[in-house]
Amino acid sequence: MEFLGAVFAWFTDPASWSGRNTIPLRLWEQVSLSAVSLALAVAIALPLGLYIGHTDRGSRLVVAIANIGRAVPSLGWLGIALPITLVLFQRGGLGFLPACIALVALGIPPIVTNTYAGLREVSRDLLDAGRGMGMAELQLLRRVEVPIALPVIMAGVRSSAVTIVATATLAAVVGGGTLGDFILQGLFVNDQPRIFGAAVLVALLALATEMVFGYLQRRVVSPGLGTG
Amino acid sequence: MIAGRPILQPQWVLDNLDEIGRRLGEHVLMTVLAVTIGLVVSFGLALLIRAWPRLYGPVIGISGVIYSIPSLALFALLIPITGITLLTAEIALVGYTLLILVRNIITGLDGVPPEVIDAARGMGYSVSERLWRVELPIALPVIVAGIRGATVTTIGLVTVTSLIGMGGLGYLIVNTGIRRFFATSILTGVVLSVALAVVADLALLAVQHRLTPWARARAT
Repeated sequence: MEFLGAVFAWFTDPASWSGRNTIPLRLWEQVSLSAVSLALAVAIALPLGLYIGHTDRGSRLVVAIANIGRAVPSLGWLGIALPITLVLFQRGGLGFLPACIALVALGIPPIVTNTYAGLREVSRDLLDAGRGMGMAELQLLRRVEVPIALPVIMAGVRSSAVTIVATATLAAVVGGGTLGDFILQGLFVNDQPRIFGAAVLVALLALATEMVFGYLQRRVVSPGLGTG
Repeated sequence: MIAGRPILQPQWVLDNLDEIGRRLGEHVLMTVLAVTIGLVVSFGLALLIRAWPRLYGPVIGISGVIYSIPSLALFALLIPITGITLLTAEIALVGYTLLILVRNIITGLDGVPPEVIDAARGMGYSVSERLWRVELPIALPVIVAGIRGATVTTIGLVTVTSLIGMGGLGYLIVNTGIRRFFATSILTGVVLSVALAVVADLALLAVQHRLTPWARARAT
């Protein structure tokens, strides 16, 4: 009980709400880092997945690379992002950039593999019918393949989003801030209420992400499909 | 990653083989401990679900919630109870294995054809004989698939325990790597954990192959 009181005291401490190390700031860092990373991951992975899914060209290579990428631990990506940032941007420091690079790398594989799998599942008969109706390849992609594959694609985006938000917590290790920073600070000065309070916020944020993207995934089923 | 010094220093790896080997050993130990305990707990939960099928929803639901809590946060939530200890790390790691393992054990057992169960019953097998000698062997490929998934996931998560003072390859990534801006140590930790995941996956596949000789006979 005493401990929960201390956690409550951390939540209500004015220092947690104004200054440079506040709950809203750390929350914003986590949400904005995740949102930017997810947007970049989608921007890279979706066209790639659509291309290899529609043409089936280079798909084995891309899927193999994506699977290797998945075997790299999330903390590993954060570590590798430091030398990558140095080589690509000639910047050796910590902060948003290496954190973002790691999260984008983590977010790409689920979207690529799901987009590819979703497109390959579309029946060849439907594609032939579309071609017979005189659809161009891009029209076929936009009006036949994507609507049918969308729930599978969105499942990939959801899995990517959940991983990114979860790993954003670890981004504190490379100076990305986020709520994880409170946990590292707390471990450093042995402030357990701060560790616990921040962990509760992180867990809630992760569950909220899961729910929002789960909802989106159910919403995108094309009206022509579904069980009804 | 300090200006003027090469990014990678292979000599460091050679000079620190003992330390690297020790961290690799810790990593394997923590993984084996978590997956073994996870398997025992999941098996118990699966038996409970078979006795009371209504438990399936709640067990999978709770395992799912645990699974979606980020690792650092789950460690942090346990620290007030079990402190900054190996126990904290292992409880969380076991928690993450439950969703995959329980789901696969149940799916595997549910996939046993009813006529096979009837035949076993007709031959006078008791309930537990049937489970151990008929149902589990048939369900084995699905269960091993679950163990493989849980093992690969756990190998990745063990690296994070370095943030709460445990070792494993995460020590090379964080303590001697990121915190000292030392890319050689980071890459050593990452490459070894990927290699460990691949080797563990192949080893489990080989075990499954040996335990299911009838599947091999059918394939040839």
